Amino acid sequence: MSLIFKLASRNLFQDRLRFIATLVGIVFSIVLVTIQLGLFLSFDRMVTTMIDHAPADLWIVPFGTKCFEDPSMLDEHARQQALSIPGIAEAVPLMIGFTQWAVPDGGTTPVFIVGLDPSAAGLHPWNIIAGDLADLSASDAIAIDRAYFARLGVTGVGDTVEIRARKAKVVAVTDGIRSFTTTPYVFTTLARAQSYIGTPTNRFSYLLVHVAADANIDDIRKQLLARLAKVEVLTPAEFSSRSRTFWLFGTGAGAALFAGALLGAIVGTVIVAQTLYSSTKDHLNEFATLRAIGSSNIYILKVIIWQALLSAVIGFSLAAGIGVIIVEMTAGTALPIVMTPQLTMGLFLLTVLMSFASATAAIVQVMRIDPVRVFTQ
Amino acid sequence: MTRSVIEAADIVKFLGKGAGQVQALKGVTLSLACGQLTLLMGPSGSGKTTLLSVLGCMLTPTKGTVNVLGHSTVGAGAEDLAKLRRDHIGFVFQTYHLFPTLSAMDNVRLALDVRGEPAERAIAKAKEVLSTVGLSHKMNAFPHELSGGEQQRVAIARAIVGDASAILADEPTGALDSENGHAIMTILAQIAKDPSRAVLVVTHDPRILPFADRIIHMEDGRIQSEERGAAHLEQDCQSSRSNDGKQVSFR
Repeated sequence: MSLIFKLASRNLFQDRLRFIATLVGIVFSIVLVTIQLGLFLSFDRMVTTMIDHAPADLWIVPFGTKCFEDPSMLDEHARQQALSIPGIAEAVPLMIGFTQWAVPDGGTTPVFIVGLDPSAAGLHPWNIIAGDLADLSASDAIAIDRAYFARLGVTGVGDTVEIRARKAKVVAVTDGIRSFTTTPYVFTTLARAQSYIGTPTNRFSYLLVHVAADANIDDIRKQLLARLAKVEVLTPAEFSSRSRTFWLFGTGAGAALFAGALLGAIVGTVIVAQTLYSSTKDHLNEFATLRAIGSSNIYILKVIIWQALLSAVIGFSLAAGIGVIIVEMTAGTALPIVMTPQLTMGLFLLTVLMSFASATAAIVQVMRIDPVRVFTQ
Repeated sequence: MTRSVIEAADIVKFLGKGAGQVQALKGVTLSLACGQLTLLMGPSGSGKTTLLSVLGCMLTPTKGTVNVLGHSTVGAGAEDLAKLRRDHIGFVFQTYHLFPTLSAMDNVRLALDVRGEPAERAIAKAKEVLSTVGLSHKMNAFPHELSGGEQQRVAIARAIVGDASAILADEPTGALDSENGHAIMTILAQIAKDPSRAVLVVTHDPRILPFADRIIHMEDGRIQSEERGAAHLEQDCQSSRSNDGKQVSFR
């Protein structure tokens, strides 16, 4: 074992209470950052989940639409105009909107209705774990996600409920289709969605355009924009990006999560800096002795950097373990925390960076050390 | 003719700043010759430790010159001085300054590790030197498991393991009883017999006078007197150290 590493590790482990305080600082900080960034990632995925799962070459959206949940409307005339353009194979309407779901205790809870055409190549519920998508065409049929069973007061397929004083029956159950607003998604047919939301039958929210194989998407887009008034024509990527930007940055939700993560990192850095500084202070005589026997500043720097790195690795390992538990515990909830290999790697780098930053005060202190101290202490 | 390891000429050293500034050394000229154990004595505040720090390249003089085996410290930066120390000078301190979390072996090895010596060779050398100071049976002991005398032996082993040409000891017996103090001085006197090494011991302890080849008295930042010690042995200093048989047993 390298002597520098040995010295660093023993300096670190010598005062166990201080070492535990260092670890608590790192773990607290990294878990907090994990939760904040894990939520951010989760939001990021959920914000665009409907767009990501809707097969379309282009989206026709009402002009000024900020996000998928924006309740503006198109009408049937727009659809007919779109279909009249050569090269457009299909223009599938999609209806969205908020409404009220009657819960068993007599109250109501808001739900987000997604009205679709089960027979068309549009958005369909996915990850169906019970029931059948084909049954969605049946009378009063709806599909919901199992994450919201408790909130909606249902137990599974076959349950009968009321949405905006209209009867509905659960015919399919999905897994993992969750809204970042925590408002449950309810899938149904276009017509029933219009009824649940209270919209005229000739109105809907979006058109999912499928372009013929031999048509050029850019040309189609230009023609759509020329022919249809007060609409925007977006690629799925553009619509995703717009939704993401609105919810994560336009509303301040993302900024709040980043601020929380930043706060966590700062708190962790300060705690670790304090403990590293006090550890260095306690070992000043030893560092002065090292300097007296001729060690270079780089040698001493390596000891402190190893101390910081060791704290980072041990602290991160514990934090990652706790992070995995949190991810597991929230996986089935309406607000899951997401961990990806990239996020894990990023958190590790952040921990190392944080530990190095924490070592700055200690490094400044030892760089100024006077070896003559060995004669006076 | 004896060779000088460290030569200091007309050393002046001011310590502190402003109203609190004191002149600790007032024109000291001194050379440490190979094969000699020099005692530096004097009352507290006479400038002994400051002189030791200047000779040991821990402090640069305000005025005057210090040469360590021909290397001048004039204009040297902190890293240059550190290199001079690790290459040529070994220190022994009154309170040992051992690393409490490292074994005796690792404490000695440290002096080689800071020089970038490969671990395997450093371990072999550390073992050899620890055996030389009579601690072959306590190589893996930690400082708190050793007596004061044993800790000082480890410190001496650390000072000599890198083949330093000058061993500078600050009150090496100050924290020891007379028996251990005698043992430590015996070891230092033996080291001083090496014709390529000079040993300087700063002390208040009159019991160690018999070990001196040369005794220097300081007072008020100046050398007041110099005399030959009882153990004075004139030795020709070899210009280069032989590779074998230079270590002697101190047990």
